[in-house]
Amino acid sequence: MITVKEVKRSLLVSLWFVFLTFPLMVIKVNPFERTVSWRWSNMVYVAIGTFVISLLAKAWFVRKENRLSRQQEDSCRARTPIIQRILQRPGYRYPLAAFLLGAALVFPHIFSTYQANIMTTALMYIVLGLGLNIVVGVAGLLDLGYVAFYAVGAYSYALLNLHFDLGFWTVLPIGGLLAALFGVLLGFPVLRLRGDYLAIVTLGFGEIIRLILENWNAFSKGPSGISNIPRPGFFGLEMSLDQAMIYMYYLMIGLLLVTIFVVNRLQDSRLGRAWLALREDEIACQAMGIDKTRTKLIAFSLGAFWAGLIGVIFAAKTTFVNPASFTFMESAIILSIVVLGGMGSIVGVILGALILVLLPEYLRALSEYRMLAFGAILVAMMIFKPEGLIANVRRVYCYKGKKSNTSLKNDE
Amino acid sequence: MMNKSILEVNGLTMDFGGIRALDRLDLDVRPKEIVALIGPNGAGKTTFFNCLTGIYLPSDGDIRLVSPQTGKQSRLNGLKPNKITKKGVARTFQNIRLFSQMTVLENVMIGTHCRTRSLILGAILRTRKTRKEEQETIDKSYDILEKVGLSEQANEFASNLSYGAQRRLEIGRALATEPFLLLLDEPAAGMNPQETADLVTLILQIRDEGHAILLIEHDMKLVMTLSDRIIVMDYGKKIAQGTPAEIRVNRAVIKAYLGEDVGSDNA
Repeated sequence: MITVKEVKRSLLVSLWFVFLTFPLMVIKVNPFERTVSWRWSNMVYVAIGTFVISLLAKAWFVRKENRLSRQQEDSCRARTPIIQRILQRPGYRYPLAAFLLGAALVFPHIFSTYQANIMTTALMYIVLGLGLNIVVGVAGLLDLGYVAFYAVGAYSYALLNLHFDLGFWTVLPIGGLLAALFGVLLGFPVLRLRGDYLAIVTLGFGEIIRLILENWNAFSKGPSGISNIPRPGFFGLEMSLDQAMIYMYYLMIGLLLVTIFVVNRLQDSRLGRAWLALREDEIACQAMGIDKTRTKLIAFSLGAFWAGLIGVIFAAKTTFVNPASFTFMESAIILSIVVLGGMGSIVGVILGALILVLLPEYLRALSEYRMLAFGAILVAMMIFKPEGLIANVRRVYCYKGKKSNTSLKNDE
Repeated sequence: MMNKSILEVNGLTMDFGGIRALDRLDLDVRPKEIVALIGPNGAGKTTFFNCLTGIYLPSDGDIRLVSPQTGKQSRLNGLKPNKITKKGVARTFQNIRLFSQMTVLENVMIGTHCRTRSLILGAILRTRKTRKEEQETIDKSYDILEKVGLSEQANEFASNLSYGAQRRLEIGRALATEPFLLLLDEPAAGMNPQETADLVTLILQIRDEGHAILLIEHDMKLVMTLSDRIIVMDYGKKIAQGTPAEIRVNRAVIKAYLGEDVGSDNA
């Protein structure tokens, strides 16, 4: 399968990498002792490592091409990835869902509160990912300022609590709605923009919100932030810190389930189809009678709504907000979750969030290389699986009596 | 006039900077009529379609639509494309613009969008009304697919269809918006003779169901067999109109297509 030509190519690749990484990996200068040590063994590792990886990648591509050529004649159903096929079978789907739910429910009792806390963060990112997925994955509007809505939610809880003493449960919907309102506010000026231009404007919007929070001291207390935000209450019950964390965890599980339910139904509806059509071709979409303005604004505001909800929860969880939590990096991570998981696919986004949030947590030992690994994973994904971990599969509909054996099947 | 016009265009002008793409064009379409718009490349035919469907805002002139059902008259200038579609004008595109990553059936279902209503709450709660509407949408879309001969490929991605099938799907998608006037922009482009013959049957069938059709086409055989009337354009102006037989012998048309007839000048 692997020819001499490919081996030669890999050899060249590894030589090139040795050359590129030479100053970084081999030369080590000690400025105090004024000595230079040459770590030749590193060079050998780099050479062997890149050689093997390049060969493996080549073999993978060859296999993929073979598979593609074999599948050329098959219909779109045949290309369904294996996870999707499992999920589409009601026989597997419900037991699997029940198992996952059960595992999620007992999780904080088996593992430590610390683990539950990390899991809560992961769940928050899943919901954020699902919200952004509406905007980016389904409606195809590249939004790089998503964190702005997250900030709106967090600050609305912090400020409303500070000034008006409003509780968590009152502010939760208010935060969501305020964020949705900001979504519409951002949506209006960018209605005509698409792709790169939209990305730049939304990026700017995200930064504007953060800078306002940072500099308008009278309003937001500036960089020092707002502290002593109360945790969510449970019918006035007193809770210890541990209990409060576990309560938070269950709260997130609940919110996640609601989110999945709602997002799934939205995607599989008249509105969801309009979003997809908008992503595919804006002009054709309008010519088919879809109101572009309204559809885009709904996408923006619904996406922002979830960010607002999670913002409120974030403020309640950490009991402290300051502008440093809402940098562009957050937007980038949420966007990576959507892209890594698979645009438009709910299962994909869940998986993407778990990978991107949990891996760095558990690989703390390698924390120095975290950003390096992050970048490498994303680059590798774009090369090997541009459609994401789990690509979205279109729904198969059934028609009156004509093909009644194909029951209603969902894409998730 | 036996029938009242459903589309009246008066003095339509479209300028792109210094270039006049449409020059005081007059045109009318009557119910259940097939009108062909022909002319050399760059004559302004597609520009005319884009003005009609709201993609361009005309510089001058009037486009009026009269609904054959209600007799209500409305001016189309300056309306958004989706409003015009809702009023009963649907179109296909010269360079196919399907939603390629959606299934064939979903493409047609998109067409029903302007005739259905459910929104966020309906989608989340999935009320009885929404479910009924969804099922009606699916059934109606499937019927349209059967009409255009694509029901077998209903669950394929639109991008997997052959070229001719994609053109037919565009027509199906346009039909799903329930238009009384259908605009076809080069529907036979790139089709083989068999596909073109099927297309003629399809267009006649659509006409018989009560839709008026305005089409741009370069395939003269198709134009001559299908059309009730032909309008010839050149450099944004209407240079001739009439029945196929009249157009065939019209000197201005021959001149526009073939250049000055040198032989007859010498004679």
